[in-house]
Amino acid sequence: MKPKTIIEKIWENHVVYREDGKPDLLYIDLHLVHEVTSPQAFEGLRQKGRKVRRPDLTFATMDHNVPTVNRFVIEDEVARNQISALERNCREFSIPLADLHSEEQGIVHVIGPELGLTQPGKTIVCGDSHTSTHGAFGALAFGIGTSEVEHVLATQTLWQHKPKTLQIRIDGKLGEGVTAKDVILAIIGRYGVDVGTGYIIEFTGEVIRNMSMEERMTICNMSIEAGARAGLVSPDETTFAYLRGRKYAPKGEEFEKAVERWRALATDEGAEYDKTIEIDASTIAPMVTWGTNPAMSTSVDGTVPHPEDFSSETEQKAVRRALEYMGLKPSTPITEIPVQHVFIGSCTNSRISDLREAAKIVKGKKVAKGVRALVVPGSQQVKKQAEEEGLAQIFIDAGFEWRDSGCSACLGMNPDIIPEGEHCASTSNRNFEGRQGKGARTHLVSPAMAAAAAIYGHFVDVRKLQKEPVH
Amino acid sequence: MKPFTVHKGKVAGIDRANIDTDQIIPKQFLKRIERTGFGKFLFYDWRYIDGEKPNPDFELNRPENEGATILVANENFGCGSSREHAPWALQDYGFQAIIAPSFADIFYNNCLKNGLLPIRLAKQDVEYLLRESTKADYELTISLEDQRVYDDNGFERTFDIDPYRKQLLLKGWDEIDLTFVYEPYIAEYEKKHCPLP
Ligand code: SF4
Repeated sequence: MKPKTIIEKIWENHVVYREDGKPDLLYIDLHLVHEVTSPQAFEGLRQKGRKVRRPDLTFATMDHNVPTVNRFVIEDEVARNQISALERNCREFSIPLADLHSEEQGIVHVIGPELGLTQPGKTIVCGDSHTSTHGAFGALAFGIGTSEVEHVLATQTLWQHKPKTLQIRIDGKLGEGVTAKDVILAIIGRYGVDVGTGYIIEFTGEVIRNMSMEERMTICNMSIEAGARAGLVSPDETTFAYLRGRKYAPKGEEFEKAVERWRALATDEGAEYDKTIEIDASTIAPMVTWGTNPAMSTSVDGTVPHPEDFSSETEQKAVRRALEYMGLKPSTPITEIPVQHVFIGSCTNSRISDLREAAKIVKGKKVAKGVRALVVPGSQQVKKQAEEEGLAQIFIDAGFEWRDSGCSACLGMNPDIIPEGEHCASTSNRNFEGRQGKGARTHLVSPAMAAAAAIYGHFVDVRKLQKEPVH
Repeated sequence: MKPFTVHKGKVAGIDRANIDTDQIIPKQFLKRIERTGFGKFLFYDWRYIDGEKPNPDFELNRPENEGATILVANENFGCGSSREHAPWALQDYGFQAIIAPSFADIFYNNCLKNGLLPIRLAKQDVEYLLRESTKADYELTISLEDQRVYDDNGFERTFDIDPYRKQLLLKGWDEIDLTFVYEPYIAEYEKKHCPLP
């Protein structure tokens, strides 16, 4: 038989109906729902008297709007409406919901894996572009719009054209202080924000194999920032070990059987991709974005570029505009950019391992004067664990604010907003104009780099810092 | 969804690449639970100074672009967040078609689901349209049936669109109704792979 990629295998396993000249009708195994992109979909169902076909394959939580202090007091009336609309909709359509009272609440892309809902071989969708995160488990996971949310609620299927396949292979060894976040920022920086448009990416190579599930999630999370709707990693022992014992993962003998099936999903030796990109890990350094899209980045020992460094006129124009928005001058060393805000959180980097990495840098130090630093755990479970491990205390002692879980300053739909003109070292995934607040100047970095920026009040090269053991 | 057949309208251009959905409709307006009323918040941060005064430098605020129904922009239009509020806002403002060299996948799909026609044209054609769009009365005609875009000065191009999506748009069909026709296949699949608990 012809060797196949995991992408083709999952796709073929889910075709419900196929006809020439049409997209395939694909079955969806798991539909995650949150408060922002779902109200109009439920309203659509109600208007037509339709039901949710498989509430048992649907799971909802609230994350985008929720306050991270005093979570039960939502001052913003419109946000409150949206949250109560989700509660109402879940009740009416019998959909399980991790609400603000639940220990399972958190950012939708953090709790799916944490609860074991995310599993290899599944098709997973959510009305959110960072659904690609779940691909870390060898699932085919992609973001959809509200009309598609409604379609999945009603039919548990989607009409989809099979995308092309792109392999991004990262071999070699990552240097000390270089993290998964730096890898994905480097990829997007080198190949552009649309390198993955029309493709599903499979990340392969030694570096990916050696990564934890959390690190793989960080990489897959930002596939969308490279233009790809989905990114994934073939499952392996690391994947199975992570899932064992999780709440919604199969149990006992069923789990062993599942592992056998999952193992067979991995891309076959010799399978072909439509395109392959190869990267040598040793060429990657800790990264910092200086502009207004995730490709506008450089290594921490670099400088802010000149518009003239870019070849096309469109690019030059974009760079000029970005530098103006960011208030940066060409040739400024990255380490001389002052930072007034630090945000450690978001579905990219708010898991327990991220908080451990940041805490190593923070331990025994103080947040620099004039810096406001937030840690927003990705889920209530992460929060609890970090408190038990003593990480929370390390952050609090250093002067960080320790919050409840949610999307928070990643997009500032709740009160966590970065003020106009201020620079924020952020572990999130988007540095678009106004993303963290009107006029806010976002720099995307890894958790370690963000923690270091909080301590020094400007960017520093974490490779040059002495790390303290946390325990 | 309203059917899309032929549309003739005024063209506005925004000569920027990577216009993301955060720009098209900023997050503070995503909290509404309706599909309508997003037009006044379209490009909010670019369009208004301090949230009220129209910014005279912003393309859509220029007098020659008033009443435009076709938007032309540069590469990778609609990247970023999957929010369908972006096409809703563009449509609510009055746009019926968007022309760019390339679109982000999710945005492209979201447009089609709402009867807002996204058209990919070659970069040099888009450059031409961006230049023409600065003229006050520049208009384009779009015919979906024969997949053509043309003006009155001899510019004419064909564009690609998935035949299935084209049918839905031409007829203005509700996709969910259509999928229900395949219900027996879905039930069959579920029996085999995904039984009810
Ligand atoms: S953390 Fe940010 S990127 Fe992730 S789901 Fe929330 S808003 Fe979206």
